Amino acid sequence: MASDTPKASGQAEPPRLLLVTRSPPYGSSLARSALDTALAAAAFDMAPALLFLDHGVLQLLPQQEGAASETRSHGKVLDSLPLYDIDRIYVDAAALLHFGLQDMPLPAAAEVVDSTGIRALLEGCDHILSF
Amino acid sequence: MNYALLVLAPPGSASRAALGFARAACARGHQLERVFFLDRGVENGMGTAVAPQGERDLPAQWAQLASEQGVELVLCISSAIRRGLLDATEAQRHEKVGPTVAPGFTIGGLGLLVETCTDCERLLTFGEGC
Repeated sequence: MASDTPKASGQAEPPRLLLVTRSPPYGSSLARSALDTALAAAAFDMAPALLFLDHGVLQLLPQQEGAASETRSHGKVLDSLPLYDIDRIYVDAAALLHFGLQDMPLPAAAEVVDSTGIRALLEGCDHILSF
Repeated sequence: MNYALLVLAPPGSASRAALGFARAACARGHQLERVFFLDRGVENGMGTAVAPQGERDLPAQWAQLASEQGVELVLCISSAIRRGLLDATEAQRHEKVGPTVAPGFTIGGLGLLVETCTDCERLLTFGEGC
């Protein structure tokens, strides 16, 4: 749909597929499902952009120990994203501030976006999957 | 309009909303080719679940939609098997009791969700928050 509509004015071409992930990394499997979907999309030559919103920014916390919760480390999956050409990662500035994480080291590809940037992202892409 | 749905929520209000949307879209003459169930959404396809008396049997209602409108109901394979939702093939492969998937549902990979993204005009997500 809407591939011929004007793209949002921004530095980069808007992503075709945007995955919005709002869940914390552990406790439920929803965050993991979002990343699995991202990897699947990349395997089909449709590498998505990822937007970490609300509690989703907690997925980016460093030094995660997956063994402690007897699950795979979410952080390790995140680290592997560049290998799948998933190199557009957006992080909700307000959520970072809310959790006091504004000084947290972020993945190299990450870009912190404010509400205006988030709106432009949501408007510009062709498809949104919201987790 | 050519619609598709992504259901992330287990049986409950969000899943009922998705079913309601699906019925309304079909009733209006729109196309609904596929509903993809992911994460806890796959619980909508649990064939061994028993709805309490007087409550809606969501797997049966989804299956009814599938048979009446030709909608494909796909459960994400990795979400499904970790929750005990197995078709005959998976039950045999993992040497478990089965099949446990409700009639009308099939099991498939996330590639089908990606394909759905590109093929449909509108893909609506129904998650816990709605």
